[in-house]
Amino acid sequence: MAVSRQVHPLDKYVRVDRLPHLWCPGCGIGIVMSAMLRAIGRRISEGLVREENIVIVGGIGCTARMSLYLNFDTVHAIHGRAIPFAVGVKLANPKLKVIVVGGDGDIAGIGGNHLMHAARRNMDITVIMVNNMVYAMTGGQLAPTTPTGLYTTTTPRGNPEKPINVVKLVASLGANYVARASVTHPALIETYVYRALGKEGFTFVEVLSTCPEMFGRHIGIKDAVQLFMELRGKVKVKAKPSLNESYYDWESGFVIGEYVDKDDPGYLRMIGLLR
Amino acid sequence: MRVEYVTSNIAIAEGAMASGLRFFAGYPITPTSDILEYLAEELPKRGGVVIQLEDEIASINAVIGASWAGAKAMTATSGPGYSLMVEALSFAIITETPLVVVYVMRAGPSTGVPTRSCQYDVFQVRYGSHGNYELPVLVPWSAQEAFDLTVKAFNVSEMLRVPTVILSDAMLAHTWEKVIIRNPSELEIVNRRKPEVPPQEYMPFKPGEDLVPPMACFGDGYKVMVESLTHDERGYYSPTTEVQERMIRRLVEKVRRNSHLIVDYETYFTSSAEYMFFAYGSTARSVYALVRELRREGIRAGLYRPKTLWPFDEGGLKKVASKAKRVFVVENNVGLMYKEVARVLRDKEVISVGIIDLDVPSPDRIKEVISEWL
Ligand SMILES: Cc1ncc(C[n+]2csc(CCOP(=O)(O)OP(=O)(O)O)c2C)c(N)n1
Ligand code: SF4
Repeated sequence: MAVSRQVHPLDKYVRVDRLPHLWCPGCGIGIVMSAMLRAIGRRISEGLVREENIVIVGGIGCTARMSLYLNFDTVHAIHGRAIPFAVGVKLANPKLKVIVVGGDGDIAGIGGNHLMHAARRNMDITVIMVNNMVYAMTGGQLAPTTPTGLYTTTTPRGNPEKPINVVKLVASLGANYVARASVTHPALIETYVYRALGKEGFTFVEVLSTCPEMFGRHIGIKDAVQLFMELRGKVKVKAKPSLNESYYDWESGFVIGEYVDKDDPGYLRMIGLLR
Repeated sequence: MRVEYVTSNIAIAEGAMASGLRFFAGYPITPTSDILEYLAEELPKRGGVVIQLEDEIASINAVIGASWAGAKAMTATSGPGYSLMVEALSFAIITETPLVVVYVMRAGPSTGVPTRSCQYDVFQVRYGSHGNYELPVLVPWSAQEAFDLTVKAFNVSEMLRVPTVILSDAMLAHTWEKVIIRNPSELEIVNRRKPEVPPQEYMPFKPGEDLVPPMACFGDGYKVMVESLTHDERGYYSPTTEVQERMIRRLVEKVRRNSHLIVDYETYFTSSAEYMFFAYGSTARSVYALVRELRREGIRAGLYRPKTLWPFDEGGLKKVASKAKRVFVVENNVGLMYKEVARVLRDKEVISVGIIDLDVPSPDRIKEVISEWL
């Protein structure tokens, strides 16, 4: 059967021969990907970065699968290790713009140690963490970001643990830019990624996302639109929130905005590779 | 060229720099840390980057990233660190990433005796990762050879796009010896082959006749897909038996078919040897002394010393051992490479001489064990 396809303005940044993608209907990851591509596209068209100098590094997970579809130099690395891979790329060739995309498990669970140290070093890479609050690819197990009390396949009596507040963690380590966004507000994802890509040092954007299939299903909201509206109801936008407002809790909701925006010297400058 | 009095660890660092090392990441561990320390001092002077990362997992993953960014890259560790690296090593194998790992063996299991020597890890180094693969492992017996084999390790890894390991041990690591340190212009240096086709026609995993694909790096404009999943020639995930078989067979075959470029050995008095010793690394030094002693006593002994452990050089061993009556495999473990030697020389009498010694088994101790067989 011949399928005709209209050309999308972002097609040039996508390996269209690989579509359709593997994400479920109603998944939030696509929203993040298109917002990120718009931000990258703006930087390219404004002459701020060259297309051939962009490198996208994903680990393993639904989010990290973005690397398969993006038409740049891309890496589908191993689970949790996208950040150190990116660090090696950047240090070996500082002219490359290195962007890590990963899920909350990939970045803050198994990869948490690398996240911490890259932030502490103010390493000149951008990390975009899509936080769907669950291990989606493996079927809906507990993530370090799963809010207390919620059900997953490995916490059938409700999650007894306190989740990690990744924004606060990364901010505490001295990263130059830390923002929290949400798939419910795509224009802000684009703005934050655009800004993150323009800065020296470690820049970090958390994007709250919806996984109806593996997160919604177990908390009793399997319908994609309903889950989206649920998250939307929990998100408050604030231009420059203070870190005290970064609390991470399902009941009290989430404040999105730019939590840290400063200009300390990045790692490359500290070792004399950037003057 | 210059002559210096150095340890094997420093000889390895010098060999790496002579080969064009541009990126080194590592995590401190005895008896390997001085490679990191020495390079931290020297490599930046030559335009390279050295970073101490948060662990060995980060180190090897950064080395893989650096290699894809176009740099010759290396890390160095010991048993506990190598255990942490094996997952990523498997990633380097499937993505055909050239890189060098220095593995300085220390006595285990676990934390064992960090400062002292052994040869326990000759199988772990080769089989420690998941998957079905070949992995070249070079095994020096002196500081000079540590320098020479480091140059070779980079050449092999660049030529075949395969991670390559230099397997040393705690005794060699800190033994000072005279080493001829050659300049790059005095060495044969191999660099990875670049694509000759324009980006539209390039497939990152389409091999040349030698079964090795030319390698485009990040920033070259080729939009490569570095894929840890089973992939076809484009680097696209393909979960079919057909692609899986093609990929696995090529990953293995590119090393096996080119093994003449990797394997090497040295012999002493083997042409007239009735008793042939098989020994490698630091233990071979004691065996060499013993063989000379036996010769002085009129016993026809000889030594076969592989400079490469993996791929296992069956042809070389068979040829050299053809006239020997008895073969002794002497190692500082309970008898590991013995299994390979016995397999290859199945119609000969092969005797395992496994000695556990935190230094190097002494010639006297070896002699004591083998004397009943002479
Ligand atoms: C070392 C290792 N352990 C476990 C896995 C299995 N695994 C694959 S993806 C994943 C978690 C995915 O969750 P997350 O990173 O949050 O991404 P998401 O799928 O939710 O986008 C796990 C545990 C693996 N690939 N490698
Ligand atoms: S499992 Fe969840 S995160 Fe993964 S594609 Fe489906 S909806 Fe998206």
